[in-house]
Amino acid sequence: MTAKPKFAMYWAASCGGCEIAVLNTNEKILDVDANFDVVFWPVAMDAKYKDVEAMEDGSILLTLFNGGMRNDENEHMAKLLRKKSKILVAFGSCASEGCIPGLANFSDSREIVQTAYNTITTDNPNGIYPMTSYNMPEGEIHIPTILPVLKTLDQVVDVDYYMPGCPPESNQIAAVIDLVIQVVQGKAELPPKGSVIGAGDSTVCDECKRTRNVKTIKSFERIWGIAADPTLCLLEQGIPCNGPATRSGCNARCPIAGAQCIGCYGPAAGVEDYGARLISSFASVLDANEPEEIDRILDGLVDPAGQFYRFNLAGSLLRAGVPAWKKEKA
Amino acid sequence: MTENMIENTSSNDDQEKIGVYVCHCGTNIAGVVDVVQVAEWAAKYLKHRGVVIAREYKFMCSSLGQELIEKDIKELGLNRVIVAACSPHMHEKTFRTACANAGLNPFMCEMVSIREQVSWVHTDKVAATAKAKAMISGGVERVRHNVPLEPIVVPINPATLIVGGGIAGIQSALEIADAGFHVYLVEREPSIGGHMAQFDKTFPTLDCSACILTPKMFSAGSHPNITLLTYSEVEKVDGYVGNFTVTVRKKARKLDEEVCTGCGICQEKCPRKVIDDVFEAGLGYRKAIYTPFPQAVPNRPVLDVANCTYYEKGTCKACEIFCAPKAIRFDQQDEILTLQVGNIVLATGYQLFDARRITNYGYGRLTNVFTSLEIERLTNAAGPTNGNVVLRDGKTAPKTVGIIHCVGSRDKNFNNYCSAICCMQSLKFAHLIHERTGATIYNFYIDIRAASKDYDEFYQRVLEEGTLFVRGKVAEITDVPRMESEKGKLIIQVEDTLVGKQRRIPVDMVVLSAGLEARSDSKEVAKTFGISCSFNGWFIEKHPKLDPIATMTEGIFIAGCAQGPKDIPASVAQGAAAAARVLGRIEQKQMALEPVRASVIEEKCSGCRICNGLCPFNAITFHEDRMVTEINPALCQGCGTCVAACPAGAITGTGFSNEQIMAQIDGLLMLNVEPEPVTA
Amino acid sequence: MTDSFEPTIIGFTCNWCSYRAADLAGTARIKYPPNVRLIRLMCSGRIDPTFVFKALANGADGVMITGCHPGECHYIEQNYKALRRFQLMRRTLQGFGVEPGRIRLVWASAAEGARFASEVTAFVEEVRALGPLHWGKNGTVPAIAAPATIQKEEVPA
Repeated sequence: MTAKPKFAMYWAASCGGCEIAVLNTNEKILDVDANFDVVFWPVAMDAKYKDVEAMEDGSILLTLFNGGMRNDENEHMAKLLRKKSKILVAFGSCASEGCIPGLANFSDSREIVQTAYNTITTDNPNGIYPMTSYNMPEGEIHIPTILPVLKTLDQVVDVDYYMPGCPPESNQIAAVIDLVIQVVQGKAELPPKGSVIGAGDSTVCDECKRTRNVKTIKSFERIWGIAADPTLCLLEQGIPCNGPATRSGCNARCPIAGAQCIGCYGPAAGVEDYGARLISSFASVLDANEPEEIDRILDGLVDPAGQFYRFNLAGSLLRAGVPAWKKEKA
Repeated sequence: MTENMIENTSSNDDQEKIGVYVCHCGTNIAGVVDVVQVAEWAAKYLKHRGVVIAREYKFMCSSLGQELIEKDIKELGLNRVIVAACSPHMHEKTFRTACANAGLNPFMCEMVSIREQVSWVHTDKVAATAKAKAMISGGVERVRHNVPLEPIVVPINPATLIVGGGIAGIQSALEIADAGFHVYLVEREPSIGGHMAQFDKTFPTLDCSACILTPKMFSAGSHPNITLLTYSEVEKVDGYVGNFTVTVRKKARKLDEEVCTGCGICQEKCPRKVIDDVFEAGLGYRKAIYTPFPQAVPNRPVLDVANCTYYEKGTCKACEIFCAPKAIRFDQQDEILTLQVGNIVLATGYQLFDARRITNYGYGRLTNVFTSLEIERLTNAAGPTNGNVVLRDGKTAPKTVGIIHCVGSRDKNFNNYCSAICCMQSLKFAHLIHERTGATIYNFYIDIRAASKDYDEFYQRVLEEGTLFVRGKVAEITDVPRMESEKGKLIIQVEDTLVGKQRRIPVDMVVLSAGLEARSDSKEVAKTFGISCSFNGWFIEKHPKLDPIATMTEGIFIAGCAQGPKDIPASVAQGAAAAARVLGRIEQKQMALEPVRASVIEEKCSGCRICNGLCPFNAITFHEDRMVTEINPALCQGCGTCVAACPAGAITGTGFSNEQIMAQIDGLLMLNVEPEPVTA
Repeated sequence: MTDSFEPTIIGFTCNWCSYRAADLAGTARIKYPPNVRLIRLMCSGRIDPTFVFKALANGADGVMITGCHPGECHYIEQNYKALRRFQLMRRTLQGFGVEPGRIRLVWASAAEGARFASEVTAFVEEVRALGPLHWGKNGTVPAIAAPATIQKEEVPA
C-alpha cells in the first residue's frame, strides 16, 4: 500500500482566516484527512520546524502557504517549505499579493514598530522596544527581524499555484481539494504551473446580478451615504466598487449583499497592476472634462491609494510607498 | 502576484533574430551621435536580447541602405528589424516596404528616432550617444513583441462630398465630376460662389471676378454629376474612409425649387427691406425673400424667416400672391438627407477679421473708415453704388484715400500671421480707386508681399501710377483735427520708418485691409469631421510642405483658405489637388487601412460596460444577450483608449499592445542591458 | 552622488500632435536636455497608469504625459480621458509618497515644437530639484536590527 501523500499548511504573517476557511469546508476536511498525511499544520497539530527540516526535499506533495513575508522567520519558512514541497500554493491574498499586512508598505517599517509600542493606549512608561538580539546569561537569544518591505510569497520563492481571496471561498477550497485528490488518483491533470486556481476567468461583474448601463460617474459616494438601489450597479451610483477589476470566483458575495467589492480576489488574469486598472477605468468614466470639475468628483474618493491597493499593494508594480524605501540614516 | 498568462510572443531569446540598422543620415545624426559606436554596442550588448546583426550606414533610406536590410532578412533569416534613423513619420513606410519586399511582414519593422529626438535637439555628444543607445534598447525590447499584421482592406464608395461652394470647392467638384464620378456639393449660403463672388476685380490681371467665376458656377450648377445642396449644412459624419455616412440638413427655402422658375417677381414685390450684411457687407439692402446676387447658382430665392412679415404677423404673403407657378411653401420644413460617400473635401473658406477690434482705427465709430470687403462691394459694378467709389453719404467721391495693410495680421495683439493676400488686394484698391475717382492714394505698409507670378509687376505699375507708399504701422485714425487743414478729415497718424518721422496724413476715406481668419465655427466643423485644427482655427494638413491638402484623417481632404490664407490661384490649385487625390482613391476601388485596432477577448469580458461610453467612433457595442462587449474593427480608429480603460484587461490593441509598450519602457530604462565596463 | 543629478524621464507622446511637436522641435533644431526618452502612442488616451508606475518603479525619476490640446484630439475627445486618469493617478501617487511634481501633463499641438522643448526643459529642472526617486533600490536596506531609539532593558534575574 502506498503511503498517503503528505500535506502541509503554514501561516506566515496572517490573520488565521485562511485556516478557518479551510475548516469551514466542513466535512470536506475529513477528505483531507482520508487522502493525505498531514505532516505540518501549526494551527491543527504540534510539529516543530526541525521536523520539517528533517524531511526529504520535495517529499511534501502539497503545501498551502498563507500569510505574507513580514519578517525573516516568514522568509525562512517559505524557503524551507519550498525545498520540502513538490507543489507550493500561495494560499489566500496575503501570500498571493500581500493583502492587509502589505498596507504596512505605505510606511517606514521601523516607524511601525515604534508606533506599535507607543500607541495612546499602550502602557509603556519606560519606552521598551523589542530587540532582535539580547544577551542572556544562558547565551544570545534572537527574535525575528522585521523586513523593511512586506513581500509576497513569490517575491521570495518560486510558487506553483495561487489561490486568491481573503480568505479564499470555502467552496473554492473544497473544489481545489477535490482536484488535487483526483490528480493524486491519476484521474485529472494539474493546470499549468503558475496558474490561479480556485477562482474564475473573468471579473466579479460576471457573477454580479445587478443591472448595468453605460457608465458615467458624477460623484463618488460612501456606502452609508446614499440609499443605494439594490438592483443597479453600485459603481453607476457612485459607490466605488472594485468588482470590474477583481477576479471572479467569490460569486460576487459583497455586491449581492449590498456592499461594494473591495477586491480581495485580486486582479483579473494577465493584469500587471491591479490598482492601475481601477485608476484607469474609474477615471475614464468620470463625467467631467475640466480639471476643476474632475478634482471635485475625485475629492469624493478619499484615500485612492487605499481604495485601489487595499489587498495587493505588496504585489503591485510599485510594491510600497516612498517611506518604506527610505535609506537608513548613517 | 504574477502569473504566466500573458502570451509570450518572444518566449525564447534564441528565436528572436533582430537586425539593428543605425543611420548616419550624412552628418545629421553622425555629427552628434557616435553611430559606429552605437552599432557596435548594439551588436554586443543587445545580443542576448536577440540582436544578431547591427550595422551603420550613411543613408539607410537610400536604395543601397534598404538593400542592406533586405539582404540580411534573406541571408540571416531576420524576423524583426529596427532602423534607428529619422522620425517614423518620414520613413516608416519606406523601411516597412523594404521588409515586405524581402518577405518579412512589414509590421515586424520599427523605427527609432535618433535624429529629430536626439541628434537634432541635443548638443552634448556623450549624452546624445547614450540616449541613442537607450532609445535603441527600447526599440529592440518593443519589437520583440511585434506580431505580423495584415492591413484591413475597405472598399471606396465612388461618390464624394465637397463642403463649401467657394472657388476651391467648385474647382474640386468640377474636376471630380468631369472625370465621371458623382459629387455632392454642400454650401451653407443660398448660392455657391463664396467670397470670390463679392469681389469686383481680381489681382493682378484685373479680371472681373464675376466674369471668371460665374462660368464655373454655372458648370457646377448644371453638371449631371454634381448634386448641388445649397442653403444646407453638414450635421453629422459617421464611418471611415471609403464609407462615410453624412447627415445633411437642407434648410427650408420656403419654396418648391422644382416649380420655381427664378423669375424674381417675389423679390420685387416683397415689401420688407433688410440690410444685407453677408453679401453686400452691410452696405446694401436685400428683401426678406431674396437671391444673394443676380448670378446666384442655383437661381432660386430663399425666404429669410426672421425678417418676414408673414411669420411675424401672419399677413402679407406678397410673394405667394405674385408667384405665377405657385412655388411658395410657407410651411416647408428643413429636410434631413443622408449621403453615402467615400471621400470628403472641406473647402469652407475664411472670414474677415473684425476690424472693430482695433479700436484706434475707428471702424464702426468713424464714418468713412471702410473694410476691404466693403470696398469690394463699392467697386463692384453690380454693387450697392453701381461701382462708384463714394463716401458713406452715398454721393461724395473721396479726394484722398488711405489704405492700411495688415489690419489684424502680423500683429501679436490679434493674429500673428500674415494673411497673404492683403498687400496685393491693397494695391488693387489703390489702382481701382484712383482709376474711378482720381484720388490721391496712400498705402501704409510693413512689407510689400507681391511674391507670385506678375504680382511684383503689378506693384511696380501701381507705383508708377503715383500711389504714395508710407512704410509704417498706422498708430491711429482720428477725426480730431490739430490744425485747419485737418478739419473734416480722417487723420492717419503713422511713423514713416523710412524717413524716421511721425506723420499726420489727412484723408477723406480710410480702407482697412482686414486680415483673413478661420471661420468662427471651424473648431466645431473640425470636430464633426474628425480632423484637427490649429489654435487659430485653420484646418491642419497632413504635412505642411509635402501634403498640404490631406489631413491626418484618411478620406478627409482640405482645400483653399480653410487650410490657411491664400490667393485664388493657390485655392484653385489646392481644390484640383484634392480632386486628384480623391480620383486616385476612387480609381483604386479599395484602400488598405493600418491594422492598429482594438479587440475584446470575449472570455475575459465580464460585461461591466465601462468601455461602452468611451468610443467617439461608435465602434464599441454591447451585446445584452451575452453580456459582453464587441469592437467593430472597421470603425475602430486605433486610439487605444478602451484598451487602457478596461479594468479586466480584456481588450487588446494591435500595433501598440501592452506587451510592446511595457517592454519599451524596460528597454528605455536599460533594464536588460549589461552596463558597459567603465573605462578608466 | 554626482554634483548634478541627471534625472531620467520617460515621456509619452501622441502620434498626431505631441510626437509631431517633438519632431518639429527637431527639424527646427531647438535644443532641450537629453534626459527625456519618448515613447510614441497613437493617442494620449492610450496611457495606462500601469505604464507610468512601471516607469517609476524601474528607474525613471519622472514621467511626462503629452497629447493634443483639449478639443483638438485627433480622436475627438480621448485626451480628456488621459486628463482624468492623470489627475487620479497623481492623487494615488501622493498616497504613495511620490511628489506630484514627478508626473506632468502637457498639451502640445503639432505646430508647437518650441513649446514642447521648453516644457521638457522646465520639467527636467523640476525633477532635478526633487532629486532621484531610487524606487525600490533601497530594498537593500538591511533588515531592521533595532530602531534608532532603542533602549536596553535589563531583564530581571
